[in-house]
Amino acid sequence: MDTSVPEPSLYIVKAILILDNDGNRLISKYYDDTYPTPKEQKAFEKSLFTKTHRANAEIIMLEGLTCVYRSNVDLFFYVIGSAQENELILVNVLNCFYDAVSQILRKNVEKRALMENLDGIFLAIDEVCDNGIILESDSSAISQKVSFRSDDIPLGEQTVAQVTHNASLSSLVLHSAKEQLKWSLLK
Amino acid sequence: MRRDKKEDEDGGNPFYNLEKSTVLQEARTFNETPIKIRKCCHILTKILYLINQGEHIGTTEATEAFFAMTKLFQSKDVTLRRMVYLCIKEMATISEDVIIVTSSLTKDMTGKEDQFRAPAIRALCRITDSTMLQAIERYLKQAIVDKVHAVSSAALTSSLHLAKVNPDVVKRWVNEAQEAVSSDNVMVQYHALGLLYHIRKSDRLAVTKLVSKFAKHSLKSPYAYCLLIRIACKLLRDDDSGMDSPMFDFIESCLRHKSEMVIYEAAHAIVNMKQTTAKELAPAVSVLQLFCSSPKPTLRFAAVRTLNKVAMTHPAAVTACNLDLENLITDVNRSIATLAITTLLKTGSESSIDRLMKQISSFMSEISDEFKIVVVQAVKSLCMKFPRKHSIMMNFLSSMLRDEGGFEYKKAIVDSIICIIEENPEAKEVGLAHLCEFIEDCEHTVLATRILHLLGREGPRTPQPSKYIRFIYNRVILESASVRAAAVTALAKFGGHCEELMPSVIVLLHRSQLDTDDEVRDRATFYVNVLQQKQAALNSAYILNGLQVSIIGLERALHQYTLEPAEKPFDLKSVPLATQPLAEQKTAAVGPGETPGVKATEKVAASRQDIYAEQLAAVPQFANLGPLFKSSSMPLELTESETEYSVRCVKHMFPHHIVFQFDCTNTLNDQVLENVTVHMESTEDFEVINYVPAPSLPYDKPGITYTLVRLPDDPTQVTTSFTCTLKFVVKDCDPNTGIPDDDGYEDEYVLEDVELLVADHVQKVMKPNFAASWDEVAEENELEDTFALSTMKTLPDAVKNVIQFMGLQPCERSDKVAEGKNTHTLYLAGVYRGGHDVLVRAKMVLDDSVTMQLTVRSTDAHASEVIVSAVG
Repeated sequence: MDTSVPEPSLYIVKAILILDNDGNRLISKYYDDTYPTPKEQKAFEKSLFTKTHRANAEIIMLEGLTCVYRSNVDLFFYVIGSAQENELILVNVLNCFYDAVSQILRKNVEKRALMENLDGIFLAIDEVCDNGIILESDSSAISQKVSFRSDDIPLGEQTVAQVTHNASLSSLVLHSAKEQLKWSLLK
Repeated sequence: MRRDKKEDEDGGNPFYNLEKSTVLQEARTFNETPIKIRKCCHILTKILYLINQGEHIGTTEATEAFFAMTKLFQSKDVTLRRMVYLCIKEMATISEDVIIVTSSLTKDMTGKEDQFRAPAIRALCRITDSTMLQAIERYLKQAIVDKVHAVSSAALTSSLHLAKVNPDVVKRWVNEAQEAVSSDNVMVQYHALGLLYHIRKSDRLAVTKLVSKFAKHSLKSPYAYCLLIRIACKLLRDDDSGMDSPMFDFIESCLRHKSEMVIYEAAHAIVNMKQTTAKELAPAVSVLQLFCSSPKPTLRFAAVRTLNKVAMTHPAAVTACNLDLENLITDVNRSIATLAITTLLKTGSESSIDRLMKQISSFMSEISDEFKIVVVQAVKSLCMKFPRKHSIMMNFLSSMLRDEGGFEYKKAIVDSIICIIEENPEAKEVGLAHLCEFIEDCEHTVLATRILHLLGREGPRTPQPSKYIRFIYNRVILESASVRAAAVTALAKFGGHCEELMPSVIVLLHRSQLDTDDEVRDRATFYVNVLQQKQAALNSAYILNGLQVSIIGLERALHQYTLEPAEKPFDLKSVPLATQPLAEQKTAAVGPGETPGVKATEKVAASRQDIYAEQLAAVPQFANLGPLFKSSSMPLELTESETEYSVRCVKHMFPHHIVFQFDCTNTLNDQVLENVTVHMESTEDFEVINYVPAPSLPYDKPGITYTLVRLPDDPTQVTTSFTCTLKFVVKDCDPNTGIPDDDGYEDEYVLEDVELLVADHVQKVMKPNFAASWDEVAEENELEDTFALSTMKTLPDAVKNVIQFMGLQPCERSDKVAEGKNTHTLYLAGVYRGGHDVLVRAKMVLDDSVTMQLTVRSTDAHASEVIVSAVG
């Protein structure tokens, strides 16, 4: 029965994943060598997705691992730990990560917004978990560390594309902003 | 709006179809001045994305991009800088010369900008090797106790990573870690505790102090609590100290913590402890019970999963939760539902089964095959536990059999039914009827043939064998070739066993002789011819009981025969018999989840003797001994454990000789043994004719020596006892190099005696139809005797001992004594050395002690005599 009690260690998270609604990998971080090669990782992600994309059940045991997950619109967030791991710790990590992402994307948790802010998401994962050690458990602390928008750059340094890019980041009045710009350029 | 359209095609992913070469090309932008922050950030994201997708980047390309990236340190933009850190970490393993950024990172780490410092530390530690660690050690120690929490956490976690390669350096930071534990930030506290434990984990006393200290000062972080519980648990486990230890009190007190995470961790820890009693379990179980009704699925899952574990060892402790568990049966998360059911089935009493089964049936249709299998296995084990409830279980299983389902699922059900039939004779007829119905509409050939085989074996012995004929014959008409062949065999068994059915069976088989498939035709023709002889002996040998040889052995013998064609016909008796896999009896005892393991051992057992046969054949001294008859299954230990030399003995029986194989191991690292033999002496007519020494026996490398003994001419003299002595030449040697001195001296070492028993002369053989074999062997060499087994007080004891003495295979499941009976008949079968069939019928009566009437039949008169002598 010794194996059923986890060794005291800070290394708790085995992987953090975000998949889209076709099961494709958007972001994945594996922290140990449970799945050493990209091929094995992809195979695992595939079976994980087929098991989880329909049933909205929050937790599943798969291939001897505990996987907790959350989905929204077209995104699936996963946190993976060992089968002996405290499930509630993993869920805590998942929720913290999800909330941080949600704050970064201004509650707009969907694939397009995620891809447009991919840099922020990469930074957020890096703040949630450092090589398998849970680094931060407070989602607002994470989103604060990540989202320091550099709005103070003088306009002259930005190209038009960058301005539109900035506008799209704010994601609020995307279209109207574009239209306005277009008109301003045409004049 | 063209852009939108394009995005729709690639699923709204702007990074879709990124070209690695293009992105790396773009990385040259990094060299431009002034730095275009947005653009560079975007390119870094692209690089990260590529690495993330598992794209392989070559070392040269990576190094080039990495060097370009170092230029970005000129910019002060926070996001860009942090993306650079990320990229450094990701590329640390694929690029060369990553250490060139050390000075830039060290500058950031010690700089004023707090936002840079924490991530800089983490990036720096990723690229640092042990030589450079000295240089930054001072900064890291400072960082651990930094007042900025993020910096402190970063330094602590990085120290843990570093401790994997540089444990000694990190050990010196223990004071800083100690200081950090008292931080008021939850994460810093957690990380510091982790590091502190890691540094001190080999020092038991320090760890004990650590736990008792923090158990009193309440920690802030729930994570830290979980960690502390695990440490306390490990201490308890290592000491084997009882439940009165302060460690246990601490864990128990955590059950009242305010965080669910900590409560669960504590409950889980208590459940998993080795020697918990119901009293200690009760509080843990009651918090888990509360969790069962939580709105959070994960909490419910965790609780049920842990309760399920408790149910395996302490089913009574969980009964209090039965009501909560029953509510979980309808949980939307099917993992939770399945765990709840299987737990209930483990804890349920006999009276609640009817209700439970009804409940399960209502939701079986909703769950996936995977979970259904779990339920089926639970039902199976339940059926073993409460044999009287078999009719409900059978109905349940058969209705599941009728439902839709994949192969694995159906197989699990069929396995369960077969298992129940074999265990419980009362369930036999019902079970067979269900299976008959199933094969009427079964698309899986494997299952159909398996059931037909079972019908052939069990059907003829039921009160009304004729009713199965129709089901079987339907298969002959409707199915594919392999099922037809199996059906033909099954039919023949009915004909062979039941005389009154024989004429009709022959008529049916005649029809199959016109089958389109060779195998079916051959079988039909063979069986028709055998049956028409109307000889019970033939029926028994060729229809009801089949071949008993090892398949691998038969293949090898036939191959040998074709290589060296001889005048005389191939002798089947020269083929080694199939070793009766021990696993067969075990199947009943192990739980459903462990079946794959049993299959593995079965395979090993079947081929073990073949491996020995090959090894022995390679020894020239044993060339003329004839075929290997039997190798003893368990090696016999001839030395105490932890003595100088360890010796184990395996007996190999040949027609007129016996080979003792000694597996010797030398456990002294300053000695080499040479020319090792085992001398054997017996008081009787057993004569040692040859030794095959082990030439050299260095430390811890097992070696084999053989001793060849000729059996006495008197065929009834089969048992004896040998005194054994290990003889060898000792040479001292250097423990480090293992090179021995030139001269040694002779020495010997007394081993335990080796007994030669009747069981060694007998090979177990399973006769599926014992009665037929009994008639086949006939009364010619029958011996009968009555024994009073005064030392045995119960029937199961007597049965066990008789089987052990004789070394024969119990048939017809007669090794299991029905409860509450005081008479029992044991049927044993086997083959005596030289290939003579031996059958034993032992009628036992229990009075105060057991009285046994033993009847032995054999094809050889001496064999009967020897077997009877085994008991006396």
